[in-house]
Amino acid sequence: MADIPAGEQRRQLAPPVDHTGVLGWIRKNLFSSWGNGITTIVLLAAILWLLNWFVDWAILRAVWTAPGGSACRGHGACWALIHEKYRLIFFGTYPYEQQWRPLLAVAVMLAVLIASGDRRMWNKRLLAIWGIGSFATFLLMLGQISIPLGLILFVALGIGGLGMLLRGTVADAAEINGWRALAAVGALGLILRVIGVLPGWSLDIAPFSYVETGLWGGIPVTIILASYGLLFAFPLGILLALGRRSQLPAVKGLCVGYIELIRGVPLISLLIMASVMLPLFMPQGVSFDKFLRAQVAIILFAAAYIAEIIRGGLQSLPKGQFEAADAMGLNYVQKTTLIILPQALRVVIPPLVNTFIGFFKGTSLVLIIGIFDFLNAANQAMVDPNWAGFPGEVYLFAAFVYFCFCFSMSRYAKWLEVELNRGTRR
Amino acid sequence: MASSTSHDLSHAPSVIQMKAVNKWFGQFHVLTDINLDVKQGERIVICGPSGSGKSTLIRCINRLEEHQQGDIVVHGVTLSNDVKNIETIRREVGMVFQSFNLFPHLTILDNLTLAPIWVKKMPKREAEEIAMSLLKRVRIPEQANKYPGQLSGGQQQRVAIARALCMRPKIMLFDEPTSALDPEMVKEVLDVMIELAKEGMTMLCVTHEMGFARAVADRVIFMDRGEIVEQNEPEEFFAHPKNERTKTFLGQILHH
Repeated sequence: MADIPAGEQRRQLAPPVDHTGVLGWIRKNLFSSWGNGITTIVLLAAILWLLNWFVDWAILRAVWTAPGGSACRGHGACWALIHEKYRLIFFGTYPYEQQWRPLLAVAVMLAVLIASGDRRMWNKRLLAIWGIGSFATFLLMLGQISIPLGLILFVALGIGGLGMLLRGTVADAAEINGWRALAAVGALGLILRVIGVLPGWSLDIAPFSYVETGLWGGIPVTIILASYGLLFAFPLGILLALGRRSQLPAVKGLCVGYIELIRGVPLISLLIMASVMLPLFMPQGVSFDKFLRAQVAIILFAAAYIAEIIRGGLQSLPKGQFEAADAMGLNYVQKTTLIILPQALRVVIPPLVNTFIGFFKGTSLVLIIGIFDFLNAANQAMVDPNWAGFPGEVYLFAAFVYFCFCFSMSRYAKWLEVELNRGTRR
Repeated sequence: MASSTSHDLSHAPSVIQMKAVNKWFGQFHVLTDINLDVKQGERIVICGPSGSGKSTLIRCINRLEEHQQGDIVVHGVTLSNDVKNIETIRREVGMVFQSFNLFPHLTILDNLTLAPIWVKKMPKREAEEIAMSLLKRVRIPEQANKYPGQLSGGQQQRVAIARALCMRPKIMLFDEPTSALDPEMVKEVLDVMIELAKEGMTMLCVTHEMGFARAVADRVIFMDRGEIVEQNEPEEFFAHPKNERTKTFLGQILHH
């Protein structure tokens, strides 16, 4: 560029213009040879024929409303079945006149999930959103919630302890004393409760009629099992991933053992264990809710997978990041929470969304222990002898609903990947 | 403190003592019988061919590498497996890396204030004041709210120096601070380091910048195959190297 006079613009060459256009593209990609041309025509004809058949069956000759299955015979798709049974498909055996509650709960959960997808919410607000959203969801679904005193004290102890651990080195004296007081009240209360000084009092919130989890079904079950499965599996997965990289052989061995064991068995076997074998080990009279057992099994299962994803994120960090944090004198907890995890988690968010898609569909395995998620509720719709003989319509509809959810999640994951890779990242 | 190259260190207290330090990577003997005594305010340049153990030597001082035999005493604290001792030493020893190692998810200002706030429990406002004054010193205060990825290599390395200085260290370790930089950025980093040396900071610097060694070093150490082969004042070291290996090395890096 030495021969360019100062102050003069360097002459920029425009890229060569592509004159081919649509016809050129078709010629180049579809009809570049005799063989390709014939293949194109044959495949095009096949696609048109299939499309024609499908439109004819699914729309032109379809029956949209009918008093019973017999009215559909000899016609196209029997959408009347879906029209008749959609409440059963979406909400399962939840009491019919109360089904506005699961509908509202689903709306709340979707709102929470969509809000969690927004990067601007990725801070303390997210905790508040999930706290309030979860409370609303379960209050709507159950109708009545009774919070025992012990749980309240336990949460106080947990929050106080976490505050002391995470804010210990930065907070001023007043804040630290606040955390300490909270933890102390929780611990003292728990002890008094256990030895029987405090009564077994509980906080009852009961605006609606009670609906036990055995009656839950349909889309809220699918969304709750998948969302809370991943939500609780996430911190467990982080701990497992960190443990797997630990220098301490006992911790490392435990974590590796757990991850490999869980990843080595199918989810179905874990669900059966949780529902059939776990009660056998419980003392007489103690029993967990079936839904809760399935949820715990999904959490334990998902944690192993999430741990491996997070381990990938941890390994992607250059060694220099660890060394710089060490050289500054940060301790292990500080190094992990301030330097390592924020970077590692950013890397693994897109694969985590993919895992979520997998678990969203995988939850239908809870059928095996008698819980009716969306797919199994749809199955239930076919049992009615009055409407027998139309499995295609039901499964097509279920597939369509699953597709809507999963496709939007996968688009989101793709968008997020682009979003996270620009701007502040190297 | 002194502003010329040769300042009197004979009465200065010693801040780092390494006695008969040995280290192996597996079967490979990477440090062999290292004996080194560093006085307060002393500026040491360590050079040598690649793989000679220079980086490992200074990384042993803040325990990024663990030595297997011998003693290392920093500011009266003996390095052992005691985590408290290690953290005490790391608080007083700053380190600058070849690849900068800034934290890409934090702004420049947050990179600087992180350690003072979390390790020294300094109030945020005070830490930010110190950080800004140090950014002025390395001549990039206007970059405070950017992210590391938006800065040039030379700017990033100056930020890394400021970040280490934020902890008010008594000793600074430099591990090839200019090796990853484009040639036109080497000078801006060296200028900051020379300024620091003139203010009396105790410095151990692994580098091949012989101009820098001539300008500020009190002592140049030549290492080869894990040993300290020769050490001397810079003028004497460059003019009359005694060991054959030193001569060969200097011949390679100075006359090409």
